[in-house]
Amino acid sequence: MTQPAEVHTSLFVTCIVDQLYPQVGVSVVNVLRRHGVKLDFPSDQTCCGQPLFNSGYTQLARQLGKRVIDSFSLSDYVVVPSGSCAAMLKVFYRELFSGDPDYGEKAEQLAGKVFEFSEFLVKVLGIEDAGACFPATATYHSSCHLLREMEVRQEPLLLLEKVEGLELRPLPQAETCCGFGGTFSVKYPHISEGMMEDKIANVLATGADTLISCDMSCLMHIGGGMSRQGQPVRVRHIAEILEGQEETGGAGNG
Amino acid sequence: MADVKTRDFIAASGAAMEDVNLRRALRQVGGGFNEARLDAIEEVSWEAWEEWREEARRIKIHTLDHLDHYLEMLYEQVTKAGGQVHFARDAEQANAIVSEIAQSRGVKIATKSKSMVSEELDLNRTLEAIGVDVYETDLGEYIIQLAEETPSHLVAPALHKTKEQVSELFHEKLGVPLTDDIEEMARVARETLRSKFLSADLGISGANFLVAETGSLVIITNEGNGRLCTSAPRIHIGITGMEKVIPSLQDLSIFLRLLPRSATGQRLTSYVSMVTGPRRSEDEDGPEEFHLVLVDNGRSRLLADPDLREALYCIRCGACLNICPVYGKIGGHAYGWVYPGPIGAIVSPTLVGLKEAKDLPHASSLCGACREVCPIKINIPRMLLHLRHRLAESPSDTENSSTLTERQAARGYTWLMSNPAALSAAGSVAKLVQKPFSSEGKIDKRVSLPLVSRWTAARDMPTLAGRSFRQIWADELESES
Repeated sequence: MTQPAEVHTSLFVTCIVDQLYPQVGVSVVNVLRRHGVKLDFPSDQTCCGQPLFNSGYTQLARQLGKRVIDSFSLSDYVVVPSGSCAAMLKVFYRELFSGDPDYGEKAEQLAGKVFEFSEFLVKVLGIEDAGACFPATATYHSSCHLLREMEVRQEPLLLLEKVEGLELRPLPQAETCCGFGGTFSVKYPHISEGMMEDKIANVLATGADTLISCDMSCLMHIGGGMSRQGQPVRVRHIAEILEGQEETGGAGNG
Repeated sequence: MADVKTRDFIAASGAAMEDVNLRRALRQVGGGFNEARLDAIEEVSWEAWEEWREEARRIKIHTLDHLDHYLEMLYEQVTKAGGQVHFARDAEQANAIVSEIAQSRGVKIATKSKSMVSEELDLNRTLEAIGVDVYETDLGEYIIQLAEETPSHLVAPALHKTKEQVSELFHEKLGVPLTDDIEEMARVARETLRSKFLSADLGISGANFLVAETGSLVIITNEGNGRLCTSAPRIHIGITGMEKVIPSLQDLSIFLRLLPRSATGQRLTSYVSMVTGPRRSEDEDGPEEFHLVLVDNGRSRLLADPDLREALYCIRCGACLNICPVYGKIGGHAYGWVYPGPIGAIVSPTLVGLKEAKDLPHASSLCGACREVCPIKINIPRMLLHLRHRLAESPSDTENSSTLTERQAARGYTWLMSNPAALSAAGSVAKLVQKPFSSEGKIDKRVSLPLVSRWTAARDMPTLAGRSFRQIWADELESES
């Protein structure tokens, strides 16, 4: 399963994971390495520009986009632990740089190399059983950009179903937005809050003790709401689940 | 033109969220439409559905690329069938055309079947001002006319009202006893409207489609009121947007499959009416005159705009409203103009002015559910993003609504994110600053942070991590590779 040494797989860690949830980045690295991926981390990476792009500042978003495209020009694969940021790199850069004499072609090239974390495990590495153990009763929140821009629907569930000790319960109205939407939740917090309340009610209805997602931004929002309400549900990125090993150790078959 | 209240979006959406009756109405009706839509698609298979969507989109692209040609064909066919076609540049002209017909023919009573374009024009107010009694005959429209409100949904105009509210309204306005029986309420409306149908001089309808090759106006309804409006009075005026034209009956068959299924989950509506000209000599009934008023009112601007033209493909099924989690929270009125929901957030700003409706393109989490359900595959999120771009960066003063503070913040953010060293330094400072205000990895909830105070009012905000991922990578992870 180990990739050939000449294959360069790079991590685009995302701002939220870098600054707020670095342990998720560590889990991503650990899971990928356990499966033989030689991973590098271009250290000059910053933001993909999505907050600017979604606010209409297309020209400024392009400036940040060029940095990302340049930073990852030598990579064969770019793994992103977020459906939203992955969509920015893979889908929206192509539109941002469409017709650009210099970066148009480069954006196309990058698009072919970008994979969301769970998508990378299943589609590129061919792994469905990550050899993880994570005793919990959980439900899975599919983030909108992962579903509808990246079109990654089944991959996270395939991986989670194989996790030992993890009881996965279906989330009612699973494909309805949680109301985060980046700047949306800041501009219209009341509407965002209403959507969040519905999502939390659905999570609680499952009786799960753990809410899993591929996007920390949704989890910051839903988890922040549940924490304020004192709900006993923890939130985890899928990489943290797939990193899980039995405490006796050595259970990983990667 | 209808009153524009799009500037009130924040206040109106806030009030809507507090409205218990509205929330109940939205929950009940919206969910039902979505389930019915999915059942109807599954019945024909997703493969067939996808083929129909592709075909419908192809027809719309083709027709709008050759709109002049098809409008001319339509004009010729309607005229040949004995009808008259009027082109209206804007709402004012459209209202003037209808008023002139009504006045010169001595019209006293008009019955109307549902038409969003007439709402756009505020036609009822215009006709009432010249002494014509106008009666809405679609049950939902009748309810909101009695309540002196506007539609809150494209196909279910009174969706925002619970049956209890409707019962109280009928009790108050029509003097009938209170009831919780919906059939009884429908019976009351039918009885009241029957005499209007029989005494009306003028019937006004919208059009779901206009078939160019035959000159036919097509309306689909479930109540039969459309058929009475278009056949009983001596004059029929069809009034609609010029984008409703499609080339042929063959094309119509695709749209008749898509529209009812997308709107209400029906295979077909109870009535599909095709009106071609006025009564012919051999017909037993039908109007003596048939007029078709084709309204532009900003649509040519959309047509000429390659980034927004797709909005004209809309067949007003309302599926994007039913699936939209934002619409599901705030309902239709908060959007502040005739067309609500995701498609309305594109159509309204382009028809009433982008700066006038600057909140609407932002009032979306960009979840993409609207695009997924749209029977014509209209890329609504992309157009919302495009409108946001114009609001932020357009060189035109009529579009750009960004403030200096916003622009500076956006530029500052870009600079910071272009300078990793500065970003690191800023992170170190922020970590020091947050220290007194945080515990257990959360910002203290009593702290009011600039910009996000309302966010943190309902959610705990995580603190910046002690060591960022990039530091952990440099300290520990890199050497392991």
